[in-house]
Amino acid sequence: MQTIDAANLDYKAVNKALREAGNDCIIEGCCGQRFIAAGMSDKNLTINGIPGNALGAYLNNANITVNANAQDAVGDTMNEGKILIHGNIGDAAGYAMRGGKIYVKGNAGYRAGIHMKAYKEKIPVMIIGGCAGSFLGEYQAGGVIIVLGLHKDSKHIVGNFPCTGMHGGKMFLRGSCENIHFPKQVTARCASAEELNEIREYLSEYCSDFGYSEDELLSGSFTVITPDSKNPYKQMYVAN
Amino acid sequence: MKLEGQVKIPSGCAISAAISKDGNKMSGEMIINSMKPMHDRSNGLGGGFAGYGIYPEYKDFYALHMFFDCRDTRKECEAFLKERFEIVHSEIIPTRKIPAITDEPIIWRYFAAPLKSVLVSLQLEEKEFVAKTVMKINAEMSGAYVFSSGKNMGAFKAVGFPEDVGVFYKLEEYEGYSWTAHGRYPTNTPGWWGGAHPFTLLDYSVVHNGEISSYDANRRFIEMFGYKCTLQTDTEVITYIMDYLLRVQGLTLNEAASVIAAPFWSTIAAKTDFEDQKKHTYLRTMFPSLLITGPFSIVLGFEGGLMALNDRLKLRSMVVGEKDDTVFIASEEAAIRSMAPNAENIWSPSGGEPVVIKVKEGAF
Amino acid sequence: MSIEFIYPEFEVIRNESRCISCRVCEQQCANEVHSYDEKHKIMKCDESKCVNCQRCVSFCPVRALKIVKSDCTLRENANWSAQTVKEIYKQANSGGVLLSSMGNPNSLPVYWDKILINASQVTNPSIDPLREPMETRVYLGKKPSKVHRTKEGTLDCKLPPQLELSMPVMFSAMSYGSISYNAHKSLALAATELGILYNTGEGGLHEDFYCYGENTVVQVASGRFGVHADYLKAGAAIEIKIGQGAKPGIGGHLPGAKIVGDISRTRMIPEGSDAISPAPHHDIYSIEDLRQLVFSLKEAAEYKKPVIVKVAAVHNIAAIASGIARSGADIIAIDGFRGGTGAAPTRIRDHVGIPIELALAAVDQRLRDEGIRNNVSLIVGGSIRSAADVVKAIALGADACYVATVALLALGCHLCRTCQSGKCNWGIATQQPELVKRLDPATGSNRLINLMTAWKHEIKELMGGMGINSIEALRGNRLMLRGIGLTEKELEILGISHAGE
Repeated sequence: MQTIDAANLDYKAVNKALREAGNDCIIEGCCGQRFIAAGMSDKNLTINGIPGNALGAYLNNANITVNANAQDAVGDTMNEGKILIHGNIGDAAGYAMRGGKIYVKGNAGYRAGIHMKAYKEKIPVMIIGGCAGSFLGEYQAGGVIIVLGLHKDSKHIVGNFPCTGMHGGKMFLRGSCENIHFPKQVTARCASAEELNEIREYLSEYCSDFGYSEDELLSGSFTVITPDSKNPYKQMYVAN
Repeated sequence: MKLEGQVKIPSGCAISAAISKDGNKMSGEMIINSMKPMHDRSNGLGGGFAGYGIYPEYKDFYALHMFFDCRDTRKECEAFLKERFEIVHSEIIPTRKIPAITDEPIIWRYFAAPLKSVLVSLQLEEKEFVAKTVMKINAEMSGAYVFSSGKNMGAFKAVGFPEDVGVFYKLEEYEGYSWTAHGRYPTNTPGWWGGAHPFTLLDYSVVHNGEISSYDANRRFIEMFGYKCTLQTDTEVITYIMDYLLRVQGLTLNEAASVIAAPFWSTIAAKTDFEDQKKHTYLRTMFPSLLITGPFSIVLGFEGGLMALNDRLKLRSMVVGEKDDTVFIASEEAAIRSMAPNAENIWSPSGGEPVVIKVKEGAF
Repeated sequence: MSIEFIYPEFEVIRNESRCISCRVCEQQCANEVHSYDEKHKIMKCDESKCVNCQRCVSFCPVRALKIVKSDCTLRENANWSAQTVKEIYKQANSGGVLLSSMGNPNSLPVYWDKILINASQVTNPSIDPLREPMETRVYLGKKPSKVHRTKEGTLDCKLPPQLELSMPVMFSAMSYGSISYNAHKSLALAATELGILYNTGEGGLHEDFYCYGENTVVQVASGRFGVHADYLKAGAAIEIKIGQGAKPGIGGHLPGAKIVGDISRTRMIPEGSDAISPAPHHDIYSIEDLRQLVFSLKEAAEYKKPVIVKVAAVHNIAAIASGIARSGADIIAIDGFRGGTGAAPTRIRDHVGIPIELALAAVDQRLRDEGIRNNVSLIVGGSIRSAADVVKAIALGADACYVATVALLALGCHLCRTCQSGKCNWGIATQQPELVKRLDPATGSNRLINLMTAWKHEIKELMGGMGINSIEALRGNRLMLRGIGLTEKELEILGISHAGE
């Protein structure tokens, strides 16, 4: 296990040290350095402190654990691997991610899972333990987004305008979601046992990562949201 | 090449702020440090700070911070001021020479109060008079620029990275109960210090991140009420809008936030609190030209408090945290951690959700 | 017929005395205009389906066909043109947004045509490029502001990554999906042979084409289709597409019907799913965020690839370019309002953006005023139509030009402007296998090589005429240009004098 002291390093130096380090690595004293592990593979990385924006961008099969909050654009265009956040994440987490997992213990900011995709065996999964901000899963084209609404106080589980432009994948929100307004091109309904089974594996992994009880999580109902069409804008144009 | 004011220069930025609810004094050093982890959000073409409670010995006087291009301009401007104000103290603002900051103008400050006789003859309220005088100097007096004009507060700004600007102005020697900071990323070389932020009018100061898309609709509206947008910056027009809504129209901070970052009609329609729904419908209908669209996160400083606000789509990041009696606001959490490594209750306000922090009554 | 009827735009004229009913026209037309009447042994046609792509005309062995504009017209009206009225009918019929293809066809000023090029007479000699050396090679990329020496005193010759081009022209972005596999292959082969670059567009890079990586620009657009670490390292440069001249400010939308087979695999999205590119990059809402994306790509590519930032020419382009130059980009590509597209809303295509000539002049001047012109190279596109346009662009200040419509024309495009239908009879803007195979990559690349070789000769001729024997000496050499019929303001923006001055 190698330790990188990031206290007086800029992001370029941190990433250089990381590339040169072995597979298992700890970054200490991180404070806002961007692009950590961008495009990297085969790393098991633990970060203490606050990583900067675009943590794990284009990530290729590396595992990152952050023992605090993370900022904006976590896992931007991520391809494979796992990012575990023991706190909250900022805006636009998992933008355009195609594969891998982002598990967040706390809340997510705006636009989590925006334009998340999926392709063949690559099914990205994002689980948010707390609440998500507005525009959750905007343009979602594939993959699975799960919001658990744990420790949410009185706040809604998601902000305004979830699923706008959603045309693929699935979203699961814990609870009945009666007060949430979804756009016309998606269907929200109570998740069946079969559908919950699809995500059971992810949830049990999440529970063991963060020490939650799986049974308790699954005791209540979940709402599942799916798009009605893969082609939501088909009728909007006329050839000229 | 056209300078700021002759042409609109879009820019992006980093912001940071701290305020003690108990009115405890903090040196400027802390806020300077907060800008370091956000270095990449600025490009070295502008940085600045505003401190509140920094001039207790002159707290009843307007502190006019000014840039002059030459000695003659200063003499001329001082003569102009003396006809209108009682100046109790004037001095060069102390700075230190550092390689990172060059080409500085002449930088002075005046502690002044408007002459009663002038106010009476013009039938103007004191603040209105000071605001008009600032506008007049900035619009008409070539080479002179007022960059701060509130009581017991001051803005400090320059062309450079914010952490260098703070060192240049020796901000570690000032103590205030609240501070705001700004690092600028303009798409041009302003080459002129007035273009840096914070932008201020009276005791209002605004630091802002983002390029708004409603600028000219807002500007052309607000200029009907005597404001002159001499810099053509978003921050300037936001400051005037806030002055107009708060001081002239007498709105509360939350109401003003509901004007500039108004909820979508669909969000208003979905409200179950009908009084609240009525209020929002009224404010949007009343001030349609003051809706600000496009990305922004701002921190508005005023006497005894701060307000932070994101645009209604939350297109910029902004994080709030607390430690004991101090509240921190910044574009990135890393900035807050560098001020208070153990800050608690870190959270991101929603788009259009104002965060208002006031110092306890009587503590400043 | 009914209220929804709109008279066909074209008529198919068949010379019956020549027609031998060989049915080639029928086979060639994917729009099913032509058919054979077994009973009467004659060819028939349904001109309502005709898009005037000229495929049947070109392939008719006896030259029996021509396509003409219909003379069935509405009553003349200088305010309400037939085009305007028909567009209203179409929208009243369908409720849809008008969708067009290729560049803005309207008669707005083309500044290239109002700029004239200089030649040497007496005071210095012109050069004959056939017999004397004439250099057109350019390097695109950031040029450091200072020379560095090693401890030993020798020059430290390390440079930021540069792109080498044998001539200042590149094939600009057209995605695999919007154009066919064979069209992409033609471009890749030609670029490799010519020593220039082609551009993947936003649809990813087909696995077969990784071998042309040295001559490939890989694009990263807001949809991030097919973007992964290997892709970023596969090309010679990475281009962030912020905008496109044909449709500034809006995203892209490749209908699910076109996401089949290899397209789906290359974009890494499921078959049949719409490929939607959001209007902005959702990780860029402000200029400092661009820096974040630029450097995240540089980190992922380990600083080995120059990063191009492509934007549409819009009102504030000079300030925008200045911001980009300060955000770590190595190259800025600017796309003018006449740029082509596989599909764009008509109103956007025809009414948003500004001409590339004015944008280029303003950007080049602004970057010089700020002393940062050397931080970036400039590529311009958006209807560069000839070698003369290239020379004028370079003299205005560009480092290189992007061409796409020109390349498609070389591949057989007849500018019928119906790419959005996916039924391109020339095998370019289509994914139907029987149409795609009509374009032979060997023929296609040869035609591209022919065209660019001819342009290179013409560029050399024009340079030689001016007494310039290296393209560097032409770049930004605005004294070599004069305007004709331009206003003071236009001349001022272009930074050139009027002819006769």
